[in-house]
Amino acid sequence: MKKRVPAVDGWLNIDPAHPRLIGTKCSACGSIFFPREAVRCRNPRCGSPNLEATELSARGTLWSYTGAEYQPPEPYVPRTNPFQPFAIAAVELAAEKMVVLGQVDGVGVKDLKIGMEMELTLDTLLEDDETETITWKWKPVSGGSHS
Amino acid sequence: MVDQVAILGVGMHPWGKWGKNFVEYGVKAAEDALKDAGVAWTDIQYVAGGDTIRNGYPGYVAGATFAQALGWNGAQISSSYGACASGTQAIEAARVRILAGLCDVALVVGSDTTPKGFLAPNKGTRGDDPDWLRFRVLGATNTTYFGLYARRRMSLYGATSEDFAQVKVKNARHGLTNVNARYRKEVNAEEVLSSAMVADPLRLLDICATSDGGAAMVLCSMEFARRFTTNPVTIAGISAVTPTYPSTVIEMPNFSTDSAAAVAMPARPFRDSIAYAAYEQAGIAPEEVNVAEVYDLSTALELDWYENIGLCPTGDAVKLLRDGDTTIGGRVPVNPSGGLACFGEAVPAQAIAQVCELTWQLRGQAGARQVEGAKVGITANQGLFGHGSSVIVKR
Repeated sequence: MKKRVPAVDGWLNIDPAHPRLIGTKCSACGSIFFPREAVRCRNPRCGSPNLEATELSARGTLWSYTGAEYQPPEPYVPRTNPFQPFAIAAVELAAEKMVVLGQVDGVGVKDLKIGMEMELTLDTLLEDDETETITWKWKPVSGGSHS
Repeated sequence: MVDQVAILGVGMHPWGKWGKNFVEYGVKAAEDALKDAGVAWTDIQYVAGGDTIRNGYPGYVAGATFAQALGWNGAQISSSYGACASGTQAIEAARVRILAGLCDVALVVGSDTTPKGFLAPNKGTRGDDPDWLRFRVLGATNTTYFGLYARRRMSLYGATSEDFAQVKVKNARHGLTNVNARYRKEVNAEEVLSSAMVADPLRLLDICATSDGGAAMVLCSMEFARRFTTNPVTIAGISAVTPTYPSTVIEMPNFSTDSAAAVAMPARPFRDSIAYAAYEQAGIAPEEVNVAEVYDLSTALELDWYENIGLCPTGDAVKLLRDGDTTIGGRVPVNPSGGLACFGEAVPAQAIAQVCELTWQLRGQAGARQVEGAKVGITANQGLFGHGSSVIVKR
C-alpha cells in the first residue's frame, strides 16, 4: 500500500470517510481562512495571533465554473497522456461565506450549472512508486445532471 | 482634488513578437517620448521603470537598466513591480516625486519580452507560493479566472458568447490602423465563435495574447510644462489601491476569497473600488468620461470593467455594448486603441500604453481611431496579488 499524503501539508483531511478542507479560525473575531493563516488574523481590525485549525463545510453551491481545455504549464503535472480536459469549480460555502476553488471530480463543464449543490471529494493528484498525493475536488451532489 | 502633473510626451515601441531584448523596446519608447516632449534625456531628473520578471536581473531593476542604456545621467531612479499594474506604479512614483517638488521632469518606461503561450510561474519548487501552488494543485492558469468571471456574467446577466465575440469584433476594428498594435485585422463573430475553446466559455480569440512591447512617457510639473505648451494633457488622478477586507470575489492567484463570516463585505468590491479612488482624487464623475482604455485580458472582462468604472449600472454592460455606446462614434468609446485584443499583453508596458493612447486621444492625434472631442479619459487595470490601477487624464 502506498503512503497517502495531502497535496499541501495541513490543507486537507485525506481520510476517505471524512474528506475536508482544513483552514484556520481566529479565536478573537471568528474570521476563517483557507488556505490556513497561522501567523496573524487578516481582519485588519483584529490581527490576533490566535488562529486554530478548523474544517470547512464539505458542501456548497456552485458560484461559477470553467474548463481547462489545454494542458496547463509547469508546475502542473498531467495525469494522462494525452491530456484530458477538466473542469474547475468555484464553490460558495454558506457558513464560511467564502468561495473555494477546486478541480471538478468526474464530470465536465457540460454537466455543471451555477447554483447547483457541490460536495468535496478526494482524488489522486500525483503518484509515484511509494507515494500517492491526494488533492480535493468538487463534485455535483446530484451526479451532474441538468436538473 | 489633488494637484495635476502634465504629460509632456508619450512614445511606444510597436507591440509584436519581435524576440529582441526588452531593453531595446524601452529605449525606443523613451526616445519617442522625449522627442514628443521636446526634452533632452540629459535634462531628465528622475527615471521610473516598470519591472519585468521574465528577463533576468536587468528586468528587476528596470529603472536603472533603462537609465544605463540611455547613458547614465545622474538621475534618481526607482523600479516598480505590481504585476499588470506595474506601469501605473511607475507613473505614480514619478507623479508623487513631481508633486512633492523633488523634481520637475521625469521619464517613465516599461517594456517586456514575453514567452509564448500561457504565462506561468518562474521555475523552481515553491510550496508556499500561492501562484506556484495554483498551477500545481488546481492547474489554474490566468484564463481559468477569466473563464469563471465570464460564466458568472452569463448566468447572472444573460451575456452570451456572441456578446463576448462582439467585443473582439469592436476592438479589432478599433485597432485596424494603430501602428503600435500587433494585430491589425478585422475579425468577425463567427471566427471568434469557431476558434478553439480554451477556458470555457472563453475561446482563443476571446483571450489576449502575450506580446513584446514598450511604452514611455515624460511627466513634469505644470510650471515646467508651461515652457512647452499652454494646453497639456494632465493626470488628474491615479489609483493604486489594494482590496478592502474581506475581498469576496475570487482573484488571481488565490485558492479562495476572503471570508465574510466575521466582517461584512465592504461597500465596493475590489474592482469597483479601483476607479472609484481615481474619480475621488480627480474630482471627476464617471458621467464626465469621454473615452476609456480598460484591461480586456478577455472579451468578457472588458464588459466587467464597463460596470466597474461606472459607465453603466451593474448588469448593463451588455446593453452598453449592443447599443454601440462603447464603439468609436458612440457615447463613451472603450479601447479605441484596439485594447489588449489588438496588442496582446506586455505586462510592465501595458498600463503605460493605456495612458499613451488617452494622451493621443485628448490631443486629437489619434487619426482614424480618434474619439471626437475627448476631454476626459480613464484607464482601468488590475495586477494579481491585489494591485488596483486606474489613471484619469484630462485636457
